Amino acid sequence: MMEQRVSDPLVDPSATPPSALRKQSETIAFVVMVAALIIAPFFTYPLFLMQAMCFALFACAFNLLIGYVGLLSFGHALYFGWASYLSAYAAKTWGFTPELAILAGIATAALLGLLAGSLAIRRQGIYFAMITLALAQMMYFFALQAKFTGGEDGIQAVPRGHLFGVIDLRNEMNMYVLVLVIFLAGFLFIYRIIHSPFGEVLKAIRENEQRAISLGYKTDRYKLVAFVLSATLAGAAGATKAIVLQLASLTDVNWPMSGEVVLMTLVGGLGTIFGPIVGSFVILVMQYKLSVLGEWVLVIQGVIFVSCVLLFRRGIIGELANKLRIRL
Amino acid sequence: MFEIFGIPSNALFGQLLIGLINGSFYALLSLGLAVIFGMLNIINFSHGAQYMLGAFVAYLILQYSGLGYWPALIVAPIIVGITGMIIERTMLQWLYKLDHLYGLLLTFGLALIIEGVARNLLGSAGLPYTVPESLQGGRNLGFMFLPNYRAWVIVASLTICFGTWFVIERTRLGAYLRAATENPTLVRAFGINVPLLITLTYGFGVALAAFAGVMAAPIYNVSPQMGSELIIVVFAVVVIGGMGSILGAIVTGFGLGVIEGLTKVFFPEASNTVIFVIMAIVLLVRPAGLFGRRG
Repeated sequence: MMEQRVSDPLVDPSATPPSALRKQSETIAFVVMVAALIIAPFFTYPLFLMQAMCFALFACAFNLLIGYVGLLSFGHALYFGWASYLSAYAAKTWGFTPELAILAGIATAALLGLLAGSLAIRRQGIYFAMITLALAQMMYFFALQAKFTGGEDGIQAVPRGHLFGVIDLRNEMNMYVLVLVIFLAGFLFIYRIIHSPFGEVLKAIRENEQRAISLGYKTDRYKLVAFVLSATLAGAAGATKAIVLQLASLTDVNWPMSGEVVLMTLVGGLGTIFGPIVGSFVILVMQYKLSVLGEWVLVIQGVIFVSCVLLFRRGIIGELANKLRIRL
Repeated sequence: MFEIFGIPSNALFGQLLIGLINGSFYALLSLGLAVIFGMLNIINFSHGAQYMLGAFVAYLILQYSGLGYWPALIVAPIIVGITGMIIERTMLQWLYKLDHLYGLLLTFGLALIIEGVARNLLGSAGLPYTVPESLQGGRNLGFMFLPNYRAWVIVASLTICFGTWFVIERTRLGAYLRAATENPTLVRAFGINVPLLITLTYGFGVALAAFAGVMAAPIYNVSPQMGSELIIVVFAVVVIGGMGSILGAIVTGFGLGVIEGLTKVFFPEASNTVIFVIMAIVLLVRPAGLFGRRG
């Protein structure tokens, strides 16, 4: 069974050994990415870029689970959306400064991640995906009925406010720098997790959980910590997004959002560091360009899903690395 | 007219009836999911979309060929079942050796495609589908009013559910199926065409969903999102019941429908979420599910 699985990037044994070449190419890619993100706002809409960075961080957080622990969470909109609600509510009603509002959102996501995660890790594989989806749907109904979320209207006209009470975020460039810093911090944090001893245990669980258990690792604890980390980072993305777009709405907590982050990660490449980032930019650009097509966008997304699974399981970055013979 | 726990009997039994109706759809869909998962090792995310497709096909053949409810009840599942078999042959069969989650992702993509196409053809609003003439009206049972159509839905789905159980657990064909689920290689060595069995299983499971869809059409409207809302609840039902047992899927489906209906009477705010809450409790108390054999 295992021999036949090598075309599957999730259990590809060549995905683990770190090589000097990999490290070098990752450094180059990181420098290029940072440079591009610094220049980009002078050429295209900063608002679009900020939104894309939020989604990229969201996808990276999701990828931490599926790519490095092998857990498919089909309910990540839960953490993204609820962090977005709390951050918007804190900024608008409680008058929090933006950094505190975002922290409130992150804390909410971490707490929800702890609760949902400790339930979901009780089952494996396909059940895990169904449980995360069902719990997210439950919290969607709470968001729909709760007073503070504003129901169908969402929380609108969230003030961006002054960072630390000093820097005015209504200035687009100030906001951009903040989002860039959050995004890069989140990205580097995930990179650090993956390459830490903790991350190595996560990858061992992905490859063979039974063996990890027999080696004495309490895999449930590792999975739970990874789940909470992933939820927290997804929350950081959602909370930031609420401040940037000055809006928190039901779209962010509903199941299509969970599907979208799966799609972004799949398109970019499951289990690759840069894949989710590339994937989220690709999908967002596609949504903007094709928005004239209305409902057909849903069909196109479906077709991309199907063709990715059937033809390009490695995703854009995975296929690219394969062409360039770089081991990820 | 009398009262139970301060609730008029009409309201109580009315919700109980709605609960049984919802329960019969949960049972039919989770049964299909369980049968498909047993043979294909794939969770069919497009199950909800195929349920919608059943209702949609019934609506279309009424519009364009004038065929009514009863022919649709047979034709729509056959059409949807055939499209299912085509999907299995052209796409799903390449995924059996991969991680389970690719099957989930592929069928999720298929669900998006089906729902998207339906939205473009139908619009997002629901379209009405009338109850067949022979089942219009209802009877007064004394403590409540029972519409004939709803009685038919409950009887029909119970029949289909137990028919499926009988075929799988008590016939020779079912024995082949169960054997192929346990050990496909060995069953093939006995000269049984397992790939064909797999294709037929998927076609049958999907046809069950379409059958439920046609039955649902006169109760709810025919709308593109009728499936995606339902499938998530059905996933929770499957997590609660576990996919190991056919009878378990049926009992869990009906039981949860009834509980949901009762919640609507006593605590309406929680009626949307009660099944998910039960799922969380079951995960805490019996992680393997009520009828589950293994994780």
